Amino acid sequence: MDLTLSPNHIAFRQAIREFIALYGDRAEGVIPGQRPGPKQIAWQALLLEHGYAGRFVPLEYGGYGAPYDIMEQRLIVEEFSRAAIPAGIGNQGISMLVPTLLELGTEQQKRDYIAPTLRGEMVWCQGYSEPNAGSDLAALQTRGVEDGENFIVNGQKIWTSTAHEADMIFCLVRTEPHAPKHEGISYLLFSMDDPGIDIRPLKTMSGRAEFNEVFFTDVRVPRIQMLGERGDGWRVANATLQHERAYLANSALLSQRYAELSQLIKENQRNGQAITTSQALQERLMQLQSRLLALKCHDLRLLTHSMKGTDPGIAGLITKLYGTETRYQVDVLALDAQGELGLLNQSDPRVRDGGVWFEREAMDLGLIIGGGTAQIQKNIIAERGLGMPREPKPVNKEG
Amino acid sequence: MEFALSEDQIMLQDSVRNALTDLVDVASLRDCVDNQRSRHESAWQTMVQLGIPALLVPEQYGGIGLSMLEAALVAEEMGRACAPSPYLGSCILSTLALMHTGSAAQKQQWLSMMAAGNGTVGFAFTELVSGYRVTQPVHQQNGTLNGTTLFVLDGREADAYIVACDQQLWLVEANASGLTFTPQHTIDGSRPTLELNFNNTPAQCLPDANRTSIEQLLNAAWIIQAADSLGAAWKMIDDAVAYAQVRRQFGRLIGSFQAVKHLCAEMAADIEPGRSLVWYAAHAFDNAPDEVTLYACHAKALLSDAGHIVARKSIEVHGGIGITDDLGLHYWAKRIGQNRMLLGSPHDAHQRAMQHQT
Repeated sequence: MDLTLSPNHIAFRQAIREFIALYGDRAEGVIPGQRPGPKQIAWQALLLEHGYAGRFVPLEYGGYGAPYDIMEQRLIVEEFSRAAIPAGIGNQGISMLVPTLLELGTEQQKRDYIAPTLRGEMVWCQGYSEPNAGSDLAALQTRGVEDGENFIVNGQKIWTSTAHEADMIFCLVRTEPHAPKHEGISYLLFSMDDPGIDIRPLKTMSGRAEFNEVFFTDVRVPRIQMLGERGDGWRVANATLQHERAYLANSALLSQRYAELSQLIKENQRNGQAITTSQALQERLMQLQSRLLALKCHDLRLLTHSMKGTDPGIAGLITKLYGTETRYQVDVLALDAQGELGLLNQSDPRVRDGGVWFEREAMDLGLIIGGGTAQIQKNIIAERGLGMPREPKPVNKEG
Repeated sequence: MEFALSEDQIMLQDSVRNALTDLVDVASLRDCVDNQRSRHESAWQTMVQLGIPALLVPEQYGGIGLSMLEAALVAEEMGRACAPSPYLGSCILSTLALMHTGSAAQKQQWLSMMAAGNGTVGFAFTELVSGYRVTQPVHQQNGTLNGTTLFVLDGREADAYIVACDQQLWLVEANASGLTFTPQHTIDGSRPTLELNFNNTPAQCLPDANRTSIEQLLNAAWIIQAADSLGAAWKMIDDAVAYAQVRRQFGRLIGSFQAVKHLCAEMAADIEPGRSLVWYAAHAFDNAPDEVTLYACHAKALLSDAGHIVARKSIEVHGGIGITDDLGLHYWAKRIGQNRMLLGSPHDAHQRAMQHQT
């Protein structure tokens, strides 16, 4: 047990702090679901130049080219979170596709896609889920039929965030209809400007359309735009999903949310009394702090496993379930602490924090479902973590 | 940066686990509880051989001089085994009290004896210090104690007691005049507590004790209770998982039903982040004095609540057999229950955490 940083890491952390002090006022966060604008792209360029974005991506693909060091990555996240400064563009292209391209892409694909994606100029959306393929993702039915040098893609995707703003899509399609379901999928990269793509916004309970439905009618995708081997798309997608889970389990963000909640409880009054005098609210706040501190310690434990390359076992399988639940409970308590005022929406002048807590509650409920539902997580914990029997194969009564 | 156990720490934990698994079974546990034995004699002797009473004691008094993290790892195994043995009172609290606040002579006399396994010292957080009780408080005047204290730890066969009262610590020998004790009967028969009555009982002051040292002892107690619950809870999860893989209903192993699998997954997910929290709190005890109180409060609260949920769900996975005396699962549930309420409830721990931050 040694919680001290090495001298190199202390120096690195100091450099981040100096960078933030010097340039932090230029920081521009990306509004979820929107394209980065000129200010965000300029901020991203500054981060890339100093190695706080794309740090471990090789120079020839537009990164900073530093040797991989997970502790450095963590320090970047921690220091930017602590300063409440947006750490550049963190969209699905950068956090999920770029690592997958680096692992499995062709030289041409890496050269074509990584640099503009890192710069924020090329925006991606993820074409995975379908109306009939949610938790059972491998049951997806969007077809890719070979036609000379192209695949002709037909079908429908759903839960496609930023589709209306995206330049490109990374998309799972069934190219081998007679193969077993996990072996018939390929991973295609194509332009959202291609003819035959129709995008319809999907409005959620937050009142906004964070997601879309995307329809493909005879979209032609050149074979060379396949990532990984034909029929190997499931494995490629799993590589991407691992990057997604790492991206979702981030206790630095949770700490920031908790600090906002704690501040809200300190500042707000009800019936002329500070709401901190409510023992019930205090108790709930402390219950959340218990979970938050446990998660922070748990992160250190998982970080150590990553650094050593050892398998964390069940400790690694529980974070998505525990982390997303905690995050949702923070939102719920923030709303409860406001009492009736928590009911107001953004357009009411009395709304607290611009109505952000209700939006967060809706989004964070979505996170409990997205990226593998809580129930799927429990199956994984029970089967892989505790060695319990796998789900019996369903009997197809119609066939 | 390395947040993990060392090889030595893993070896220590494994050796305690293996030794206790061999010795403490449900039959011998039942024998201890039913006959109100102060301890499981062979388990205690094995602990002595393994050097557990010497764990925290500095080398100059014949100890090993290890830290709270090692003590928490041992506590986890004590909980896993539901070991009827002195530990929290004598090996942790009285040991720490003497180490940090005792006179040279007191340390020489008592720590050496305890480290060698030749005697134990019970520990009492008296009523005003614990803040959670309503009996007549203990008061000290001119070196004598008067009053009553409940829930004295590891007291049944103790050679002496350390008593925390009036922001000071007092040492009372077991044969002191005016001292009487009455066994208490709590839900957790594996670690019997007792009531001490003082009637002009002579006591020696531990000269370096103050309010802070008593706070630090409470932190130690909460970390050890949390670790004990962690071990007891994982034993209950392992039992539930094992049972679900042999019990058949409707022609299937019940472990293949999602409802049962999800109960097991929820138990694991609720308790496991607590392991990281216990490690951190124990590490902070020796290495991060400004963080230890907050983490000790949250370790006590989280492991108590998560442990309580695990105890209930593990019994549910077992179905009706889970509540029978015969199966013995209840011993672990009660152990978790005692860790949860003794020396402060999760709510008290949260209140203390809140006050600590404001």
